[in-house]
This record gives sequence, C-alpha cells and structure tokens, in this order.
Amino acid sequence: MAPQHGPGESGHHPTTDGSTARGAAGRPDDRRAGPDAAGHFGRFGGRFMPEALTAALDELGAEFDKAIADPSFVAEFDRMLREYANLPSPLYLAQRLSARAGARILLKREDLNHTGAHKIRNVLGQALLVKRMGKRRVIAETGAGQHGVATATACAYLDLDCVVYMGAEDTRRQALNVARMRMLGAEVIPVETGSRTLKDAINEALRDWVANVDTTHYLLGTAAGPHPFPVLVREFVRGIGDEARAQALELTGGLPDAVAACVGGGSNAIGAFHAFVPDADVRLYGFEAGGDGVETGRHAASITGGAVGVLHGARTFLLQDADGQTVESHSISAGLDYPAVGPEHAWLAETGRASYQPVTDAEAMAAFQLLCRTEGIIPAIESAHALAGALRVAPQLAAELGREPTILVNLSGRGDKDMETAGNWFGLLDGAEVRS
Amino acid sequence: MNEPQVAEPVVGRRAGSAFGTAREQGRATLVGYLPAGFPTVAEAIEGCRVLVDSGVDVIEIGLPYSDPVMDGPVIQRAAERALANGFRVADVFRTAEAVAAAGVPALVMTYWNPIERYGVSAFARDLAAAGGAGLITPDLTPEEAGDWIAAAEQHDLDRVFLVAPSSTAQRIATTTAVCRGFVYAASVMGVTGAREQTGQAAPALVERVRRATTVPVGVGLGVSTGGQAAEVAGYADGVIVGSALVRCLLDEPDPAAARRRLGALATELAEGVRKR
Ligand SMILES: Cc1ncc(COP(=O)(O)O)c(C=O)c1O
Repeated sequence: MAPQHGPGESGHHPTTDGSTARGAAGRPDDRRAGPDAAGHFGRFGGRFMPEALTAALDELGAEFDKAIADPSFVAEFDRMLREYANLPSPLYLAQRLSARAGARILLKREDLNHTGAHKIRNVLGQALLVKRMGKRRVIAETGAGQHGVATATACAYLDLDCVVYMGAEDTRRQALNVARMRMLGAEVIPVETGSRTLKDAINEALRDWVANVDTTHYLLGTAAGPHPFPVLVREFVRGIGDEARAQALELTGGLPDAVAACVGGGSNAIGAFHAFVPDADVRLYGFEAGGDGVETGRHAASITGGAVGVLHGARTFLLQDADGQTVESHSISAGLDYPAVGPEHAWLAETGRASYQPVTDAEAMAAFQLLCRTEGIIPAIESAHALAGALRVAPQLAAELGREPTILVNLSGRGDKDMETAGNWFGLLDGAEVRS
Repeated sequence: MNEPQVAEPVVGRRAGSAFGTAREQGRATLVGYLPAGFPTVAEAIEGCRVLVDSGVDVIEIGLPYSDPVMDGPVIQRAAERALANGFRVADVFRTAEAVAAAGVPALVMTYWNPIERYGVSAFARDLAAAGGAGLITPDLTPEEAGDWIAAAEQHDLDRVFLVAPSSTAQRIATTTAVCRGFVYAASVMGVTGAREQTGQAAPALVERVRRATTVPVGVGLGVSTGGQAAEVAGYADGVIVGSALVRCLLDEPDPAAARRRLGALATELAEGVRKR
C-alpha cells in the first residue's frame, strides 16, 4: 500500500496564488480551487494584519509556492513524514465499533503519528520551509500544548530555536506539556494578558513576530490566520485525505459515503476533506465543540453559534458579542477551545459543500468511552467529537441511502494527554486526586 | 454668526487642516492617543480635553478591543480596563463629539472587527455625524479596505493607513495613494509602547513616503519625551504619541493627579514639536 501522502505527489497542488488550482483538470468542483490570489475563499479569508507583516506574509507565500513546486523539497518532506513521523497512517476498519454504530466506520489513524496527532504534518512542513527561508527562530502558539509539543519536536529535529507562547491559564492546566516542550529544548512563555488562553497566546505570538520578523517564522498551528497560512497549512496536512481516499478505495473498493472530522481551527478537518471535496457523493461533516450546548452560550462552535467577522487576520465565523469583541470559548477539549475557525471551513459551510454541527462535551465523552471499550483505542477528546458526530449521523445516512453507510472518521490524535480530564469525567481517579 | 441649528461641519474636523496649520507655523503636528472609555467614558473625555488644552493638535481616540495585536502592554491594559468598566462601541461617538467640540480633529484608531460588526457604512455615518475626522486602521490594509474607502468617500472622512520599515516601495505607493489626512509611519518594527529610541528606520521611511505622496506623514511608536518629539519633528510632519500618555493615567490612581501628569507631558511634547 503506497497511498499518496505528500504535497507534490498528486499533481494538482494549488499554489498560494491559486494558479495551478484553477488548472486542476478533471476536478470539476471549483470549491476545491480556492483561494484567490489574495487568499479569499468566497467572502472569507484574506489578510487583516498590520502592514509591518505584509512583506513577511508575501515572502512566506512566495517561498511556499516555490518549495511546493520543487521536487527536492517535496521529496524531503515525504521522507520526513515516512521515516520520522510514521506516515502514512493506517486506515482501519473498526469492526466492533461499526457493529455498535450501524455503519461501517473507517478510522484514519492519525493517533499513531509521532507526537500523537495529525499536527506533526503541519509542523514538519513549515519547519522545513523555515530552513529553506534561512530563518533560525520559530515561534508558535499553543492551547493545550499539542501544537507546542509538535513544534518543539520539529525544531529539535531540524535544529531551530523554538519559543512557544501559551496562555498562563493553560500552562497551569497543562503542566505536563509545558515540561515536554522544555524537555525538547523550547522556551515556553506564559501569556498573562486578556483571557490568558489560546487566543491571547496567538496575539502575543503575533506581537513577537512583528518585532522579529526578519529572523523569525511564526509557525501557526492550524489552517486559520492571514493568507497564506490557511492554504499553506492545508497543503501540509492534506496528506490525511489524499492517503485516506486511496486507502478507502483499496480497502473497500469505493469511496466512503461520508468523511467526519472535528473542527477547532480546522487543520485536521481540512486535511481530511480536501481530497474529497470534488467527490460530490461523499458528504463532509465537521464537528465543532458544543461544550455545554450551543444554547447555553458555553461552547466553541464558531460556525454554528458564531457570526461573520475578522479575527487573527481572516474573515470567518467567530464568537463575538454585539460590539465585535471576541467572546471566550468553552470546551472540554483544549484543542477545540478556540473562538474562530479557518476561513475555508466558513466557505465550505456557506456553499453547503460541508455541514458543520456541534457536539457537546457529554456526547464526545460518551464516544470517547465507546471507542476505548470497543476497539482498545483511547482517542484524543478532540477526535472523540468526530466519532460522536459520526455516530449521530450514521442512522440518518442509513435511512437516506437505504443501506449501511461507510463513514470515514479522522482520528486526529491519541488520548494519553486527556487521561486526567477523562479520569475526572468518569470518576476513575482516587478521590484525593480528583480535581474540580 | 452661524445659525446654531444648521448642521455645519465642526471647524477643523479634518486632520489635514491641523497639519496645514502646523506647517504654516513652521512646526510639526502633535497627535495624541487616548483610549475611549478608559478608565471611564467621562474620564477619557476629560483626558482628551487636557490634551487639547495642552497643545495637542489631533486626537486619536482608541477603540478598546479584546484582541489588540498591534499594542504593547500599556495600551493593552488600558483597553482591558475600559472593557471591564463597560465600554461600548457607541461610546466612541460621544468621545469624538467632545473632541470635535473642543476644536481639534478626532480620529478613531480601531481594529477592524468592531467596525465590521457595527456595519462599515453605518459606522462612517455615525462618526461623521458626531464630528469625527476619520479612522486609523492598524490591522486593515488597502487590499481589504474597499468598503471602508467607499464609506469614507461618501461621508468625507479621513482614512489613515500605516506604512512600516518593511513596506516595499510598491506598497508605500499603493497605501499612500488611498490615505487621506496623513500617513501613519510606524517608526520601528514592533507594537505600541514607549522606547528609549524611536527607531533609526524612521527617517528613511519618511523619506520614502515623501517620494510617493504629498499627504503629510506622521511618525509613531515609541515617542515618549519632548526630546524625542523634537527629534521626530525634525524630519516628519507629525509626531504621534500613545503609550506614554496612557501611562500617565494608568500609573496614577488619583484622577486629578493623573490629569496633571497628562497635561505636563502633553505640554512638554507640544514644546518638542515646536523645537524642530
Ligand atoms: C488531536 C487533535 N485534534 C484536533 C485538534 C484541533 O485542531 P484542528 O481543528 O486545527 O485540527 C487538535 C488541536 O490541538 C488536536 O490536538
């Protein structure tokens, strides 16, 4: 099995100016061809950033376009993914789970990647680009610490200096990941401003970047932010869907009826969706963090429960009040706890190509437990949102199709990092150790 | 005398007129920044009046925002306090009205999302009605500013975009081509906040802007003393001061004492721009 897994192999890579995308022959659905030259997906995306960063963002886009067209860059990226990150990840038919779901469930096992999530694809791609640009210093934001750990890993591997901004609130909640990043040689800077969480870590990373842009690359952790990040990150993580599509054909002889992924900023979901966008019969489902329920206001479902605006450099759906002030998000899953979403998802939602639904904390945790008990796989709580959503839509799809549907679920990461949360949720820890 | 009920534009409400006056007087224009609603709407208005009385020519009214990526710690803290004290976007119009009534142009400095949320053309309409001069937009570049430029045309408002030391000649040309009022030149690559030096890149940047446009150019980021103001006034049309003024209010719990400190610093800066 040698599925496509890196940019360059599939031969229809959009560049950041969209030029080759428009030439993607045989792919009639132009929703896959975005963005335009200025990074717009329909009315979403674009670049809302200080002028001081414009030159660097332009340079990044230009370098990326050159790199992705350069066979030696692509070969090196592929080699790192294969030899270092354990890719391509398997596509696994989860039989006992399928029996419970009333659907054939295919799991894309990104949990088996080095560092335990899809995020390694993005960080290796960007870090390799940093080397190519001749920069030495990398900064990143992190919420729970997953992207920070992945970035610290790539920087150790490629000999780059690494500084990670993390909300002070999060450094307390995720002390183990702080230690991991420091173990890997990264400097972790707790951010004390604003709500002291992920969005404030992004703000602080942007402030650092403005001041140090000559020497520094901002390694953004998801398919969001100003152009060219959404397309750049997508191109580095699209291997998820490119691989899975080929694997599904090989394993089942056909395409799945649906692809399901969780949506925080949107990187694992866009990575999973991208290959399938032109396949009109394949439904795309993005599951957002519904927290306590969208109706309670305590959630992170930007598309379902937010409104169009501008945050962190792009026009997209975000959680905001009547004055356009960002509203804090809430989710049991730190990786989904972000008040906005990547602009391509906003566009796929608006065009109707993908459908986005909220999944509550409780639904996600039930799916978390079910996967543990039926398959012996402890998923990331983020990924459990995708599973829960798949379980929800399975009977609807079965009714619609008149047969057992096949649903490909992107298992974006493993759940080791979430054991304290799960232990508290299910009451598995000794009384003395249970927090909150 | 004017008929009081006729809605005459407040005299001097365009930033360009303040720059013109200063030029006639052979000096640079002093632009002073304070956030609206900090610590309260009324006190911020008081602060603006102190600036006007001390010789500030143009007031930049900051619109407190939850995610101010271009601001350093001082302005961040002030914005947080304003929001915690209940600042609402509509309060910025009251503030602009008070500044315009004091006889100087009032530009609102704002991140983009609150304007989009309010409605670009509605905001332009209400700002113009309040006598405001226009907007300074730190996270909006001309590429994304089509709606705003159209609304500013319609309501005769100034649009101040930023240029930075990293801006290419091409970008300086396209950006300054749509600026009205003045061009905001960021003296350093970085966020707002007082600095020891205002940045060696600034004179060269001003020079490059001058080659592209006749619109006056103001230099901001890092100016905090009369000496620095004089230095910048030596090569730029305007001197923009923010964090140093905000700090006067942030550090001083007693409102009367804070206003005295604010007035003293503004006076020093106003003397600075006259000593080019
Ligand atoms: C395992 C896993 N899945 C999903 C996400 C959410 O990010 P994104 O929406 O960018 O895939 C995270 C973020 O930390 C994660 O760790």
